[in-house]
Amino acid sequence: MFKYFSPHKIFSITSKAPKYVLLLFIVILTIGLTEALILSPEDYKQSHSVRIMYVHVPAAWISLGVFSLITFLSTVGYIFKVRNFFLIAKSLAPSGFVFNIVALVTGSIWGKPTWGTWWVWDARITSMLILALFYLIYLVAWRLYDNNEKIFKITSVISILGIINVPIIKYSVDWWNTLHQPASINILSESSIHISMLYPLLIMTAAFALFSLLIFLMKYNTELIKIKNKGLDRL
Amino acid sequence: MISEFFIMKGYGIYVWSAFAFTLTCFVSLYLVIKFQYIKERKKFVAKFGSLNSERAVFARSQSINKEILSNTTSI
Repeated sequence: MFKYFSPHKIFSITSKAPKYVLLLFIVILTIGLTEALILSPEDYKQSHSVRIMYVHVPAAWISLGVFSLITFLSTVGYIFKVRNFFLIAKSLAPSGFVFNIVALVTGSIWGKPTWGTWWVWDARITSMLILALFYLIYLVAWRLYDNNEKIFKITSVISILGIINVPIIKYSVDWWNTLHQPASINILSESSIHISMLYPLLIMTAAFALFSLLIFLMKYNTELIKIKNKGLDRL
Repeated sequence: MISEFFIMKGYGIYVWSAFAFTLTCFVSLYLVIKFQYIKERKKFVAKFGSLNSERAVFARSQSINKEILSNTTSI
């Protein structure tokens, strides 16, 4: 089954895909920004500051999703010795890290008018900061041990340790008394967010997911060319 | 009307700075990754050009190398 994940087969797709993904991202982002900044209503409590949610929440969701995917790929890659899974995981990390930073910074900007402070050592915010540190350690590990066989073990351990933090982030608002508000969107139960705010949020999430895909494709192609460059040196 | 849109009842500074920070991060990340891609591709083309004919034929037999050489405007 894993032969379908061979680099040359994937490269024939990933080398052509970025331009189409970029175009789609621009279209979806334009619609999302129009909805988020112009068409969506202000909140009765938070007024216009609620618009920050349209960048903060998708960024947080995607950074959590990307880290979960990195852990899955690293674990499966390590068990079944599929090196390409590590390459995919490595290529996902930069966008996940940037989304994590965006979630932290925009959350901080939202905090000032809403809570009256830029930062608070609240369980949700602190656990998101810990996730950013795991992303950073993961990226630094690749930079330090890129040419070392140990890299697969090291990055797998980092991602497995980091994934413990993901459910803590998700349930921190339920487990502890936090300043951060509980989730407004639930898949299993009824969401408390109004449909007029849900649509822009979902559109912005789609745009951010496309951006993450775009960065992944570009990074993956770069990594493959880097490997091929080493191959030419050995010829 | 336009100033109301930008001021957003006093929340404009927060809203616009959050969106501006996000878009700046996106553009910066895109440019960094694109720069890395161009650098590696240029390196590949230069190395490929320096191979002797026998090695170049062997390298060209690998489909991924052909893909890299043919993809001059992939991003």
